[in-house]
Amino acid sequence: MKYMLIMRQTDEAVEAMKTADFESIINAMGQFNESLVKAGVLLDGDGLSDASEGFVVDFSGPTPTVTDGPYGETHELFNGFWTIQVSSKEEAAEWAKRAPLSPGQKLEVRRITDMSDFEDFADNEYLRSEDEWREMSAEHRKGEQA
Amino acid sequence: MNARRAVEAVWRIESARIVASLVNITRDVGLAEDLAQEALVDALAQWPDAGVPQNPGAWLTAVAKRKAIDGWRRRERLDDRYSAIAHDLSEETASVDAAWEPIDDDVLRLVFISCHPVLAREAQVAMTLRIIGGLSTEEIARLFLVPVATIQQRIVRAKKTLSAAQVPFETPDPAEWKERIASVLGVVYLIFTEGYSATSGSSWMRTDLANEALRIARKLAELVPREPEAHGLVALMEFQASRFAARITASGEPVLLSDQDRARWDHRQIARGSAALVRADAVGRGRGAYCLQAAIAQVHATSPAYADTDWERIVLLYEALGRLAPNPIVDLNRAVAVSFATGPATALRIVDGLAAADSLRGSHLLPSVRGELLARLGRAEEARAEFRRASELTANERERAVLQAKATDLTA
Repeated sequence: MKYMLIMRQTDEAVEAMKTADFESIINAMGQFNESLVKAGVLLDGDGLSDASEGFVVDFSGPTPTVTDGPYGETHELFNGFWTIQVSSKEEAAEWAKRAPLSPGQKLEVRRITDMSDFEDFADNEYLRSEDEWREMSAEHRKGEQA
Repeated sequence: MNARRAVEAVWRIESARIVASLVNITRDVGLAEDLAQEALVDALAQWPDAGVPQNPGAWLTAVAKRKAIDGWRRRERLDDRYSAIAHDLSEETASVDAAWEPIDDDVLRLVFISCHPVLAREAQVAMTLRIIGGLSTEEIARLFLVPVATIQQRIVRAKKTLSAAQVPFETPDPAEWKERIASVLGVVYLIFTEGYSATSGSSWMRTDLANEALRIARKLAELVPREPEAHGLVALMEFQASRFAARITASGEPVLLSDQDRARWDHRQIARGSAALVRADAVGRGRGAYCLQAAIAQVHATSPAYADTDWERIVLLYEALGRLAPNPIVDLNRAVAVSFATGPATALRIVDGLAAADSLRGSHLLPSVRGELLARLGRAEEARAEFRRASELTANERERAVLQAKATDLTA
């Protein structure tokens, strides 16, 4: 099963990072990443750039609106993630606990859905129509190539 | 969160390194594994209340070492061999060292022991999953659909065999290296294929087992980064596993490569496969059998549609593979590729050659491919007979259903 470890931090932690020894942080992260690679569990991972470069698309109104930060009520910003493939929820937790993070930082750990999540819905008309849609789009692609 | 499973999760992550450190002291895999298991029992008793220690791997190793010392002290008077080792080990050695850093080379030695040629294939598979993968006997039994006692027996016997043969805890000599690493990779791939195309039972594939194999392969590639075939094996498995979601329908029926919805392939996994193949090539020592098979799988994985498959490239890769290690299965696959690159008549000549040489007797693959080629040549009667023969030879129920359906379709 696959899990995503999503890094979040408070504004205070973001501020604290600005005065921290960046090289030691990079080294600690590097060691953690290496341990994930050596264990054969790391699938993917990336850091996110500063929140000020990002923006929000809000669907509260009749049409989506785009706004620059700050992000409303959210006090903990996402700033990176890892995707790992492990044998249990507990193993995902054990890896998460080993991340070199500090006060003000958190990991939200979420399982990534796979085909077994939809097994009970084999007869679901939307999933069935999705198959039909796939066939149609496959025909369409063939048409494009011809 | 389940406390017992939390302990098992630590075990899953740390066991290979713990056992490796212990073998370094005991020089006996069986004893090291038993000691580690005893330490695990202590952890299961203590951690749920006391909490998981700061460095759980160090804790388990220290407890196991103390058990080793206690055991040796008890036996000192009985056995001189133990007394010598017990005196070498001070209590200090067995204290919990927060900076415990297991050595990768020890883990690598452990890999070679688990796949040692004195062991039968089944024993190598069980030992690899147990010792390198950190799976419990129960988990292994569940993945292989066999009784727990069967796996237990295999492991007990394997440990005895290794002790009796006094297998040294070392990486093989350069003279032996090629053969021994090939054996290790072979065991890992065997575990994968057992999961990927289950040889028995009604399930078309057991993804959990295949994923465990993939995890061990990735681990192995990190242990021997200069070994192109280790990366090649990872690449091959990533490409094959990328099709998991598309290989069966919602009701569990198998879908052939030609009919698979390629949008459902895991394209991130395909990218990981390509990255592993790049790493293999970057070593600069050429391509071995796994790299070549990975390259073939890559052609399929990166082809937008079955009709767009670069069959000529696949034929070339199969030719290279056949030169490297002549094998009737490779020839049969080459014949399939030739049938699309050149035509079914040319391919049929290759298959008939294999049949004449009596290669692949008892396998459903030859009549299955032959049936396919005959059908394309419009020789329906002969094709039907081949599909029927193939359906009688396969041990997989779902595959049998597919072959029978092909025979029936020709009648219609």
